Order: sequence, then C-alpha cells, then structure tokens
Amino acid sequence: MITSATSAAAPLFQMDGVSKHYGGVRALENAALTVEPGRIHSILGENGAGKSTLIKIMAGVVAPDDGRMLMDGREVTFRSPAEASAAGITCVFQELSLIPDLSVADNICIARPPRRFGLIDRQAQRAIAEEALARAGANDIHPRMLVKNLPLSRRQLVEIAKALAWKPRILILDEATSALTAADVANVFSVLMRLRSEGLALLYISHRMHEIAELSDECTVFRNGHNVMSFAAGTRSNGEIVEMMIGREYSNAFPPKPERAAGTATPALTCRKLGWLDRLRDISFTLGKGEVLGLGGLDGQGQRELLLALFGVLRGTTGSVLVDGKAVTLTSPAAAISEQIGIALIPEDRKTEGLMLPMTVQENLSFSALDQVSRGGVINRKDEARLIDEMIQLLSIKTAGLDLPVAALSGGNQQKVVIAKWLMRKPKIILLNDPTRGIDVATKHEIYLLLRRLADSGTAILFYSTDYDELIGCCNRVLVLYDGSVARELKGSAMTERALIASALNVEDGHAGTPA
Amino acid sequence: MKDATREQPGAWLPKFVRRLDPAISTAFACIIVLLILGSLYSASFLSPEYLLQQLKVASFLGVISTGMMMVILLGQIDLSIPWSVAVGGMMACAAAAFGPVGETLAIPFGVACGMVIGFANGIGVAYLRIPSMIITLATNAVAQGLMVVYTGGFSPQDSATITMRYLATGFLIPGVPNAVLIWAIVGAVATFVLTRTTFGRSVYGIGNQERAAYLSGINTRRIVLIAFVSCGALSAFGGTLLAGYASKAAQSMGDSYLLPSIAAVVLGGTSILGGRGSYLGTIAGVILITLLQSILSVMQMPEAGRQITYGLVIIVMLLLYGRGPANR
Amino acid sequence: MSEWRFWLNEQRGMLMAVGIFFVMFAIYVSNHPAGLTANVVQTASNKGVLLAFVAMAQTLVVITAGIDLSVGMIFILTNALASWLVIGSPLETGFGVAAVLATGLACGALNGLIVIYGRLQPIVATIATGAVFFGIALLLRPFPGGSVNEDLADMMTGKIFGVVPSSLVALVAVILVVWVPFSRSVIGRAAYATGSSEIAAYMSSLPIRRAKFTAYLLSGLLAATGGLFLTFFTYTGEAALASGNAYTLFSIASVVLGGVSLFGGRGTAIGAVFGALAFRTIGDLLFVFDLDPLWQPLFQGVVLLVAVSLSAFGLFRVRNRLEWFG
Repeated sequence: MITSATSAAAPLFQMDGVSKHYGGVRALENAALTVEPGRIHSILGENGAGKSTLIKIMAGVVAPDDGRMLMDGREVTFRSPAEASAAGITCVFQELSLIPDLSVADNICIARPPRRFGLIDRQAQRAIAEEALARAGANDIHPRMLVKNLPLSRRQLVEIAKALAWKPRILILDEATSALTAADVANVFSVLMRLRSEGLALLYISHRMHEIAELSDECTVFRNGHNVMSFAAGTRSNGEIVEMMIGREYSNAFPPKPERAAGTATPALTCRKLGWLDRLRDISFTLGKGEVLGLGGLDGQGQRELLLALFGVLRGTTGSVLVDGKAVTLTSPAAAISEQIGIALIPEDRKTEGLMLPMTVQENLSFSALDQVSRGGVINRKDEARLIDEMIQLLSIKTAGLDLPVAALSGGNQQKVVIAKWLMRKPKIILLNDPTRGIDVATKHEIYLLLRRLADSGTAILFYSTDYDELIGCCNRVLVLYDGSVARELKGSAMTERALIASALNVEDGHAGTPA
Repeated sequence: MKDATREQPGAWLPKFVRRLDPAISTAFACIIVLLILGSLYSASFLSPEYLLQQLKVASFLGVISTGMMMVILLGQIDLSIPWSVAVGGMMACAAAAFGPVGETLAIPFGVACGMVIGFANGIGVAYLRIPSMIITLATNAVAQGLMVVYTGGFSPQDSATITMRYLATGFLIPGVPNAVLIWAIVGAVATFVLTRTTFGRSVYGIGNQERAAYLSGINTRRIVLIAFVSCGALSAFGGTLLAGYASKAAQSMGDSYLLPSIAAVVLGGTSILGGRGSYLGTIAGVILITLLQSILSVMQMPEAGRQITYGLVIIVMLLLYGRGPANR
Repeated sequence: MSEWRFWLNEQRGMLMAVGIFFVMFAIYVSNHPAGLTANVVQTASNKGVLLAFVAMAQTLVVITAGIDLSVGMIFILTNALASWLVIGSPLETGFGVAAVLATGLACGALNGLIVIYGRLQPIVATIATGAVFFGIALLLRPFPGGSVNEDLADMMTGKIFGVVPSSLVALVAVILVVWVPFSRSVIGRAAYATGSSEIAAYMSSLPIRRAKFTAYLLSGLLAATGGLFLTFFTYTGEAALASGNAYTLFSIASVVLGGVSLFGGRGTAIGAVFGALAFRTIGDLLFVFDLDPLWQPLFQGVVLLVAVSLSAFGLFRVRNRLEWFG
C-alpha cells in the first residue's frame, strides 16, 4: 500500500500503521489508506469494521493510539476537528452538526465567522454562505432561513456547504445520502462529481452498493479494523466485494420460507388509503396471518411513518386500518397494544425508544406487559418471573443476571431484550423497524429464525429493513415505498436485489414485479 | 481524592452497607458525622428525647419530600411546594371555622386544595408539555395570589382543629409521636407503590426514557398527572400537619420547605434527571437535612449564617456525588 | 421570501412583546389621572427598569438552555452591598459602584463554575447558591437601612432635560454596552448554538463551556446593575426574601413574554426587556383602575400562567406524538 515517500510524488494524504483501541476493544488495527486529489474514494465495510473510527481520526475527532498521517508527505496531527479542517480535511456529518435555531449562513460560517471590530460581520458571512451554497448546488436555499425550517434533505446540502466553506482539499462524506430522496441523491451526486473535477479528493462512505458503483473511482474494503483490499471501481463483482467484507464465502443464511400463494392467508391487518401529511400517500395493502411482509425502498420514503401510524403514534392520519376485518382507531400505543388489537412495534433505536438502559433486564422485559403480570396495579412477582424466564429461554438471551442494568448487555442481546419485551404480550401483529441494524451476524441469524417461527405460528409480521438481502431472505412479499406511496409490490422470484433497487429508485427495470 | 470517594464509598463499612447505593451510604455516613459533631457541642444531642424530637420535626419534611421524590423520579420538579404547603394548612384551618362539619372535613379539604394545585401542574406538564419548573412557579404564584386575596394580606386567624393537632403532636403509641407514625405510614406506602406496582415501574420508566415508556404502551401523561397530584396532596397534607403543630397556619409556612425537600431527595441519591433513586435514600436525606438545620440552630447561628452554611453544604454534597455525567 | 419577512420572522417574539407593552402602556396612561406627563413616564420607567435588568440577566442564561433561580438573590445581595459602599466622595462612590458590579460578576462566576465545571443541574445549583447569596445579604443588612450617594441616585432616577427618564437612558446604555456586543460576538453565537443543540455545537467544535460561563458571568453583572438601581430608587438596602423570590419569578415571566424560548437557543434580551416593561405595566394597570392592591399578586400570577401556557399552543400542530418527548 505504501507508495514512495519522495515529496515530489507524495500523495495528497496518506496514513499507515494507524491503530485505535477503545478500552479492550480494537476499533482500528494497523490501517493504511492513500487519498489522491480529483478522485472519489469509497470505503466499504460491515458495521464495526472500523470505517467510522477511520473517519474520526482523519477528521480530528479522536486521536490515534499509534501510526502516522502525512499530508503532501509531511506528518500531521490533529487535536480537534477545527485543526483537521484548517489543514484541509473536512467531514460532512449527518444532519447532527447543524444548529437548528441558527440561520443557514450562521451555520455555514459557525467555525470561522468573518469578523469586523471583533464582532461577526454579517454581510461578509452572507457572501461566504451564498458562495458555499452555490458550490453545493443549493442556490435555492436562502442564507437567512433557519435550519430547523428546512426539510431533512436540504439540511444535508447545508452540511455539505458548511464543509465547503472551509475550502477543504479532502472532503469526507459519511452516509451523507442516508436521509435523502432519490432526486436529492442525484443532485448530490452531480455536485460531488463537479467537486471531483475541481480537483477535490472525496472520501465516500456508504452502505449502498449501487451508489458506490455509480460514483467512485476506487474502493477500499475494511474488515475487523484493517484495510483488506483496495481496487479500482468496477473491477470486482458485488459478490466478491461482499466476500471481502465478511471474510468468508457468502452464503444464504436465511431459514427456508414455506411456499404460499400470496393472498390466500386470512387477513390480519388491512390498510386502506392510509395518508399522513405529505409523508404517506394512499397506502393500501393487506397483511395475512403467518405472512412476513417486507417494506423496502431507500431510507426515508415513509417506511418509519407507516409503522408509527399503525402503532397509533401519528396524529391526523387519513384512511382506515382494519384488524381482523374490523375497523380500529389507533390513537396511542396504549390502544394499539390492547388485547383486541394486539399490535407490537419493535422500534428503530433501542437506546431511546426500545429500552430504559439504566433499568434492569427484568424491569425492561416486563415493562410493556405489566398489565399481564399484575392485579389491581400490584405486580405479581411470581408471574413476572415466570414469564421472563420463558422469554429468556425462547430467545436465549445471555445475561449475567436479571437485576443488572440492561446497558451492561451486548448490542445483540439488548436487541433480543427489545424483541422479547414485545413477545411477552403475544401480539398478533408485529411491526419491525430495521431490527438488525448494528447487530452481529450470529444474532441476526437468530432473529431471522425467530421471525420465521413466529410467522409459522400465525403471527403477521410487517418488516422494514434497509438491508435488501434481509428482505429477500425473510419476506413472502415486499412493498417498495417511494416518496410516501407504494411504488411496487414484489413477490416470489421477482424479489431480486436488482428489482428492489430499481423499484427503490422508482425506475423501470424491465423484468421487475407488478406495479402497484 | 474526590474520585476515590465516589468509586470506593466507605470500603470500611460492613458488607450490607456497601451494597447500598453509594449516595445513600454517604448520606447515612454524614448523619453519623453530624451526630458526633453535635454531641461534641452538647451532650444532650444524643439523648433519646432530643433524637425523637428531631425525628418528629423531620416527619413534616419527610411527608413533603415523598411527593417531591415522585416528581423528581419522573425527571421533573415541583417548585409550587411553598404555597401548596401553605394552602393545605390555611385551607384546613379555614374549613375548621365552619362548625363540626368543617372540623371533620378540615384535613380532606386542605389536601384536596393541594391536589387542585398538583392537578394544574400535572395538566401543564403532561398535557401542555410546559417545562415543570416554569408551570409550577406559575401555579405557585397563583396560589399565593389567591391566599393573599383570601386573607386580606394578614395572617389568617383560624386555628387548627383538634384532630390536626393530635396528628401532629399527639401520641397514639406511647413514646412514638404521631407525626413520626404518619411519616412511617406514608413512607411504607410510597416504598410499596414505587417498588411493587405498575405505577411505580412506570414512574421509573418515564424518568429514564419517556419516549421508550410511551412506545411501550404506557399512558405516560396519566402517570405524570397522577404523580403531580400526589405531590400536591402530600405537600398540602404536610401543610395541615404543620398547621396542627403550630396550632395555626401562616402565610410563609411553606417557604422553608422548598430547598430542603429538593435537597433531601437529591442528597438521598435520587437523580435530579429522573429514573434513579430509592425511598431509603430520601429517608436518609430528610434526616440529614433536619439534623443539619438542628445543629445550626443549636449553635445559635444567626439566620444569615444558617442560609449560607445550608446552601454551601448542599452544593458541596451534590458536588461530591450528585453530578451529571461527563459528556466527553 | 423577501428580506424584511425574514427580519419579521426572526424578531417575532420581540415584536409581540413590544406590541403588548405599547397597548398596555396606552391603556395605563389613558386611565391615569395625570395622563401622559413626564413624571408618569419617569415613575413607570424607574419601576420597569429594575425588572428589565433582572430579565436581561435571566435571558443570557436561558439562551444557553439553563436557568438561574438565583438572579433575584444576586439583585438583593448587591442592593444590600450598595447601601454600604456607594456613598461618600465621587471617587469613593465610583469604587463602590465598581465593587458592587464586581460582586455581581463573582456571583455569576460561582453559578457558572458550579453548573458547568461541577456539572450540577442549574435548577438545584442556583436555588442553593441563591440561599448563599441571600444569607450574605442578610449578613450585610440584618435590618433595612444604609444609605447611598444621593446626588448620584437622584441623577440616575431623574430626568434628562426634564423629559427623558435617565433610568431608561441607563438601560439603553447597558443594552448597547453588554448585550449588543455579546449577541454579535463569536462567544454569543456559541451560547445560542449551545442552547439550541449542545450536541451539534460540540460537533461543530464550538467553545461550549466558555460560552455558558460567559452567559452566567454577564448574568451576574446585569443582576448587580439591577441591584444598584434598586438602591438608587430606595436610598436603602434591605435583605427582603419575598422581593428576591418575586424578582426571580418575574424575570422568568418577562423572558417568556419577551419571546425567549425556555428550551434555549432563541430570543433576545431586548425582547425580554420589553417583556419586563409589559409585565410591570400589566401589574400597574390594577392601580389606575382603582382595584384593591391585594389582587395584584394573583393578577400577576395569572398573567404568568397564561404567558407560559401560550407556548403550549405549538403542541396542537404536532402531528407525530414522539415529538412530545423532544
């Protein structure tokens, strides 16, 4: 990997032997990377492969334990993101780093505002902001708008503009398109390609294989904190890349699903023309008993909103929802989980929505089933313990003790607790919001088996996932959402990665499934 | 040094004490230190009569702090304590002026008035989502305004009923003041509710992660409302007891209970951010605060010195173990 | 959107407070037996300015998403101190004023240190420091008394050219010297950013701690300015617990009326100043309508309750119930 170190031929940026440990956990081990100007360099790898640590080190957020970084052949160290930015490396974070109550111009110039007599020069600031917005292809955003009044996709463009205001030589984009609609992604891509032609080096991190194929000049795959391989884009097949990422032969790890003719199952949940603001439009579908129905599409096309609407969280929904053939009104999660309706939602973020991290494993497990283990509001500890034992067995949750805080469990076991917590109610319909995100492969496999078992015993499952393989492997049918409505319904052999991607981007694919 | 105290709180203590929350054991350790300090100053400090007297004084704070603890466990705060206490005492005494019926209904009426204040707080926090600190300040101001109008700006003339006096100063069990008995009952009920009921679990759940509690199908708004109503009721009940203790109610009777009740709860290891804490800690906090006040008054320190010492001690103790998480 | 619409949007909270103030003041003056005279304006200004200073003090802390429940006590403490020090020859008086303001800064610094570096919750920390400040005030003035340089006091509470109340001029001067530079400085923007989203401010590597500390520091200074003016108006110092509590409470009411978000990140001290003036005028309306002054606390309490409940109206626009939980 290491090229000749003579200063004339020195690459723009180079790191080698870089390691980083968090406590006993190895995040990065002897990693090397070379970045050249005017190129888009993609970084691939599973969760926990070390990508985000790599970026954090380059952007000055964390300091490496070992190794060195060179820019133009000279060794550099960054003590803060500001130092890295000043040296020419800027990272576009997800919308996290924008201040909602400040204007777009304030945000773009937040780190280095132009000053006159010691005070912020608003005119100069505005000029800088306008220039940066123009470079980011977002001329339509007024610099005086408050960030909180901008839709998510526009905020991402402001993030890019904010990074460009540093006039960086290396721009790092970390999952920068995850919140964008297809049209915005195309827009961002054209901006990125223009920046490349201006001589900028771009480091692009994404989980979306097709984006990487479309955009990058070269790729580096990371695994277990180490760079496994670098190659020119287009020289390896997706299968080969996946193998590099997981480090073994890529095999189908999904349990077999029974062949069934769709539509023959008794309907458990029926949605008729469900709408909410402009985020959900006329969504209609039927979910049968024992069926696993997938929700696909790019992130942020209304999948989360659909699940929340079915769980009674959203206000002002239109259309109707039928459970077991009877129309129901869903005004709160408390109503949705009631005996008659029996819906459960495994939420997206287990840390803020699924669990109370400081509370014990036991308290978390029984939290949503308290009414089933209590009488007159008093908890029956025997009943509680019995039910909890059952669930621990069923999901084989590994814990050193039920009275430990759930925060002490591993991520995979925490996710099992979230699922177990809902299975305790024996729901008839389970809504899953990307339940395997950030989970190790073994636990993922267990979750797939569990879903299949639940479905076989008659539970209806609505399964949203950002992972196409998962949808194909687990679901009987997949609804692909685009801009708040069902763009395509895929089933049987029509469920291919190619068809899913094409439908997600809402483009014709020739041999995709039936248009909805 | 400071870190050492936090990580190894009293390693010299017996095992069952060490298994306690470090905050609670620290609080009990402080109580022992205060008792020793007090006995150095005056030999009568350790006499049973004096200690029982302290426990009796602590009971009023104990009852009020129980309500405060419910609210703090939710991650909220109730700053309407001063006038909830005063309203409880004053309205109970006012009812007593209305013949025998009034006499019987005096305490329920006083408590009911406190519940109204708590209800307003609960509606504001749970349903209108106004920060609790703000809405409770506002209801406190309204309650004060109402009482000023009611009394005409003078100290109320009605006096406490016999029952109120009996509850505050009498002895049902020889040797055990009724006030202590009442605190014991209130404390036992609170402990039961917090540890054994769905309500208690929900309170801890909401305090830890309200979003997750809501998505778990808990009617979070109702829980918050009930907690605030209980806090109002307990404060007003504390007020009726105080009125019974002093034989009458006074305008400013609640002023000296706001900071102590918050301090007692927080010094007892309940996180001000909610979700963590036990009633045992609150008991320790209440006794600690009461002893501190008592020592300051035994030393005949003037009001000014008492305020300063008091504020400083609370800040120092919080710095020792009530700090928020380091965010980086 | 055109430029002025943006301006209108940015200043909406403040403009609302300005509107309420002028309407209330018009009602007040038109029902006042003396009508709109320089004396009426002077009296109103002298009363309003005190709260305005304390409200500005509160604003600075609230912008960083904190709260200072000790502002009223700093106000009382500096009043008690001023009644000892701001006396004698012009030089001595000058030193006295400087000492009083320095005390305010010290109080603010203490709050800041405890909240930021001690990582205590602002509510509990400032209630406790408030007790300390009040105790010191009580030490200084166990009984009401003391005196002040009357020449200076009369100058600061009188009228300039027989028309303009000098207290109002002083208020404007303080806004120009303290608030305007703060709000336009890098540190001031960091304070707004911290209040709006601390995590985003951290990701943008802003000086969060320095910004918060500056806010608490200046808050102490402004509260002390208020205490100084209280001494100018009353000629004495008094450690009045009720008055301290009332000013803390009213400062929060003023901040809310002035369009400053209690969640931090939004609003200006100028808005809070108008909020304070409006709140004072509302309280004084009772007098011109000859109502029993006994009703004043209740009336002010209800105004506060309504003001804080108004902010809840945004709730009805919430379509995703998860937004309730921030």
